[in-house]
Amino acid sequence: MIEVKDLTKNYGATRALDGVSFTLEQGKILGLVGPNGSGKSTLLKVIAGVTPFNSGIVMVNNMSPGKHVREFTSYIPEIDALYRDLTIEDHVDLMKNFVNDWDPEREKELFELLELHPGQKIKSLSKGYRKRVQILLGLARKAKIFLLDEPLSGIDPLSRTLILDALLKIFTSYESSVIFSTHIVKEAENMFDDVLFLKNGVAILKGSADELRAKYGKSIEDVFKEVYHDHL
Amino acid sequence: MNIKFDESKPIYLQIGEGIKKAIARGDLKMGEKVPSVRELALKLKVNPNTVQHAYQELIREGIIFTKRGQGNFVSEDPERIKALREQLITEIVDNFVREINEVGFSISSREILKLLEEKNDRS
Repeated sequence: MIEVKDLTKNYGATRALDGVSFTLEQGKILGLVGPNGSGKSTLLKVIAGVTPFNSGIVMVNNMSPGKHVREFTSYIPEIDALYRDLTIEDHVDLMKNFVNDWDPEREKELFELLELHPGQKIKSLSKGYRKRVQILLGLARKAKIFLLDEPLSGIDPLSRTLILDALLKIFTSYESSVIFSTHIVKEAENMFDDVLFLKNGVAILKGSADELRAKYGKSIEDVFKEVYHDHL
Repeated sequence: MNIKFDESKPIYLQIGEGIKKAIARGDLKMGEKVPSVRELALKLKVNPNTVQHAYQELIREGIIFTKRGQGNFVSEDPERIKALREQLITEIVDNFVREINEVGFSISSREILKLLEEKNDRS
């Protein structure tokens, strides 16, 4: 379970997050929606414990972000840190040494789902394939919390489809909590239990995806467009 | 079972409707096991909690029931299934009548019946 209350984060004089509050129950998937620069990445970084915050409360399974939270949290940043001269298998071996919740069964399943081969060198891969590798490395863990920053952006349609299918497959087999940031709402919206809309670091709307559809009579993508436009 | 979603309406309601139609058509028979939450979530590419929500509503309405440790099954009560079929047909007829009225056609029930018979014979 993730609890965030009145979270504020500044980068110098710039306010990146401004009084953000929400709760995510265990086993649920939250869609974090907003354009570039709205604070999505910053929010994920704060929860992952890779960046400090200025004020407010952040609790991940009743713990403050940091070393202990990182042990059961799989954070998949937008930018990858893959080594060009290593193979996918080399990266898998490296990851296994870093984490204590690596699941070999899932690793095997993900290689198939994402259509990857262990011997492929990173430098031979396109952007979409590199993203698939990153997803494999993040998802082959039996983590309690998954934080994914823009797993669908800037890649080819086939990679997007395979990644979405892999995410769904993994998340339906295991009761983890997931926060998934995206500015591509349409393809992913049926995966969300809850959504949180960010604009300039402010949470302008949050709630259950199906309740918002019922209330607005619109898809999540269109609800977002409406409230984003109306919110000054 | 496949469902074409209209994303402007709650997904769990559309899954519930899909199951009801499958039962009314006889694709899912009385006492038959319905797909597991996980199975259906993967097939429809939706969040498993959404499927769970749809199933909870169907259980509340007495359309499916849970056997502990075995999953969910279609009601074994013929009256309940009959009522479900009638409810779905009534909805279709209501929509039809509403649309006819909205367009403002003046058409007698006799003419409607005649058209329906023709269509039905052809299909």
